[in-house]
Amino acid sequence: MKKVLITENLRIDLDTEKWECRSCEAELIGARENYKRGLLVHNRDPREIHKPLLDPAKYELTYAPNPDWCRILEYYCPKCGSMIETEYLPPGHPPIRDITLDIDALKAQWKDRPEVSVPPADKDTRQRIAHGGQRAARMFTGEEK
Amino acid sequence: MNAPNTPEQQAMLDRFVRQNKLFYGPDPAIMENHRIEARSALEERLLSAPVDAHKVNEVRGLITAALDESNTMIEQMGAAPGAKWGDMTTGIFTAAGDLSMIAPYGVGGFAAAVFYPIKFVNKYWTHEPSVGVHDGDGFIHNDARYGGIHNTDQSMMMPIFWNEKLVCWISATIHEGENGATEPGGMPAAAESKFDEGLKMSPFKVVEKFELKRDLVTFLQNSVRDPKLQLEDMKVRLHSCLRLRERVIKVLEEYGEEALIVTLRKNIEDVVEEVKRRIREMPDGTMRTMSFADSTLRESALLKLNMAITVQGDKLTVDMRGSSPELLNRSINACQASFKTMLYSGWMQNVWPDLPFTMAVFTPFDFIFDEKSIINGSFDTPQAMSLIPLFKTMTIASVPMAKFNYSLPVRYTAIVAPQYDQPATLIYGGLTQHAEFTGNFCADINGMGQGGRSHRDGEHSVSPPFAAHCDIGEIELMEEDLPLVRLGAFTLTKDRVGFGKQRSGMGYEQIHTFRGSAMWGYMTGCSGSLFPSSQPLFGGYSSPTYPLCKIKNTDVFEQLQKNPERVPFDIIKLMNEQPIEGAAYSTHPMAMTFELAAPGEIYMMCQGAGGGYGDVLQRDPASVMKDIEEDLISHDTAREIYKVVFDAASGVIDEVATAKARADERKARMKRGVPYDKFVKTWNTPEPPVNLPYMGCWGDDVSEVYGVMMGQRVKMSGAALQSQFMLNPKDVYIASLEAQVAAFKKAEAGAKAAGAKKKAAPAKKAKKK
Ligand SMILES: [Zn+2]
Repeated sequence: MKKVLITENLRIDLDTEKWECRSCEAELIGARENYKRGLLVHNRDPREIHKPLLDPAKYELTYAPNPDWCRILEYYCPKCGSMIETEYLPPGHPPIRDITLDIDALKAQWKDRPEVSVPPADKDTRQRIAHGGQRAARMFTGEEK
Repeated sequence: MNAPNTPEQQAMLDRFVRQNKLFYGPDPAIMENHRIEARSALEERLLSAPVDAHKVNEVRGLITAALDESNTMIEQMGAAPGAKWGDMTTGIFTAAGDLSMIAPYGVGGFAAAVFYPIKFVNKYWTHEPSVGVHDGDGFIHNDARYGGIHNTDQSMMMPIFWNEKLVCWISATIHEGENGATEPGGMPAAAESKFDEGLKMSPFKVVEKFELKRDLVTFLQNSVRDPKLQLEDMKVRLHSCLRLRERVIKVLEEYGEEALIVTLRKNIEDVVEEVKRRIREMPDGTMRTMSFADSTLRESALLKLNMAITVQGDKLTVDMRGSSPELLNRSINACQASFKTMLYSGWMQNVWPDLPFTMAVFTPFDFIFDEKSIINGSFDTPQAMSLIPLFKTMTIASVPMAKFNYSLPVRYTAIVAPQYDQPATLIYGGLTQHAEFTGNFCADINGMGQGGRSHRDGEHSVSPPFAAHCDIGEIELMEEDLPLVRLGAFTLTKDRVGFGKQRSGMGYEQIHTFRGSAMWGYMTGCSGSLFPSSQPLFGGYSSPTYPLCKIKNTDVFEQLQKNPERVPFDIIKLMNEQPIEGAAYSTHPMAMTFELAAPGEIYMMCQGAGGGYGDVLQRDPASVMKDIEEDLISHDTAREIYKVVFDAASGVIDEVATAKARADERKARMKRGVPYDKFVKTWNTPEPPVNLPYMGCWGDDVSEVYGVMMGQRVKMSGAALQSQFMLNPKDVYIASLEAQVAAFKKAEAGAKAAGAKKKAAPAKKAKKK
């Protein structure tokens, strides 16, 4: 049972070949599918999020996006309501397929990699510096002992 | 078929073609090749033998120190505002012209573009009897078509000879500003052809025997608004190069030429190997994204940059097909070399900041462009304001690369949402209080908010998206030289932030006015007033949009003398409360061609926020309250966006109520959300909305691209893009006024004919730009 973290909110179970929500662990859709097909979508007026700060009665531009030019698509997990993705699009623009993974290659790549269930500690600066060429770089990443 | 030429015949033919070339334009063989050259015979011999890593390390250290020193010289002596704020660098290149190293605090994009003109000089001027490349020569260049970002940057390139043999090249580059373009300040939005862009220097020799050729310097001075600046900074770049040369000669004396050659070459070869390893480490697949600019700087239009990055094994392909077509009479086109340079700069800031700064990083990459797209613009397009697509280029890869890198067991830096990506500042021009003509830009370009990061919020107003260390400079110093006065300088833009689990860094407000000049004016060159600039990541929200605000027909200095307490230094209050009576208040897109202002009139804009990272409901309520304490957000934002319940007076969080409010919001999302397959059936339209001036592909299919030709929507094959030609905005405005007049006349005639006494209904008011 090996799972690979793909984004802040999504992971892939390599055995079941499913996209999963990282918040509620629900299965969303097959990993070879567009993950968006496993989600709910809402067409949001951008002025609800980026509210007019200048008086709309006085000014045409108010710091809020123009809803005839821009909409926000919000993607929710159908099981827990987490916001998995957002997409800023002109009205009617087909959502893009932002992630397409070669699942067979992914399985092969992770065959000998230990599972990472918590993302690696994010760093402001690296603790170790691999200035010693390729071998040092491989030691840094753990590819070589 | 003819028999093949004998070697003698071929040599004669080559010589004839070489000697009879009409014009040495940019060479596609140079400009479309971002990769490092093959090893020279000497490099091959040296690198085939064992390499002394310790010696390489010593030489590298000495050169790094020398680059740092020469870069500091520019910073201390440079006259251009860009030099004071860090928009410059020095670099060192292999003899073939591949960038090996830059100054530790230099702007890498500059050096990563200079290898193109060096390769041009190597190829064309070395054997040209009327030019030649000799010890003591120096070459100047600024035209981005021959390499570079835009023609406001000027470079000095100098060959270094040892034992009468070329061993390496060095360079010094500054964002110079003024360049004699149709508008002051070097970045003309009004340029309608390349002949409106001011100085366009193909690489040429301007230094001989280590001295500037004064006749050529005079010609250049005579071509710009600020001749003093032109001379001073040519001297600064020359002397910075001379100092760097001195240090490199020392290395040659002490370590020998072989050590230098090995070090410069090994540096780039090691990077290529490391990048291949990093690509192999990533998952195979394709990640797509896009980014929209909403202005041509003359009119509002939605211009798409379309990106698909594909990784397969150790190959990485950047596919930019489906992007907006080029615009023949707008200055916002970029050539593909400029595009690659700025993509690289952003990549080094956000994806692999730990790698040595050399363009060799991109050697394993392949690129695919449509011909005549806005980021693969042809030779004849104006490119002086290439910053419009190029600033978006710097941040665009952050999103797909976050998706490639998130899964990796090892990270080379934090996963970060895109930084704000607009040059949000005033470009100014006119007569100073010292009675000198000038034109340049303010350093606010360096104060953009960072995107939210996987482990923490983004930094406020931290840097430009192309160099993490650039400074904003001292307002007081600027006010000594220029009539500009900053009434509000660095107040963070409350509530104008990329919301998320980790919020973005914020921009700041700029409230500009001037006094002490009889002729002074401004232009701005930004998009992002209708469609937000900074994309979010992993379910966050973007930056808001930002207008340009003006308060005209008043002198704020008189107001400040009479009623100082009535003038708040806060854009929102000034615009909503309109405290200065009789003044004209207005908002505009942040794209304005040059206009003169009156002393005491106010021009206001914001440096923007980056994109937010992650779901707002996952933001720690304590961090939300801290944002309130720091006056970054309002109570309404905390309640309505982040769903935090708290006591307004004490700021104490009601944790139970907050958990409930957030659970309720998740339920509300599930209720209003529609399954994707059902959603797209009603959402997707076959083409862009009729009234949207849209340029680029629509959806994932890049085979068809939309454009706007003379005001009409056109559809074309992505494989055969047509240059678009835009109407003159003034003609468009005149046409709308004429239509109004015609409507009035018709109504009047109709009223007369009917003999009606009632006044005809007023025609619909025309929309002003
Ligand atoms: Zn879920």
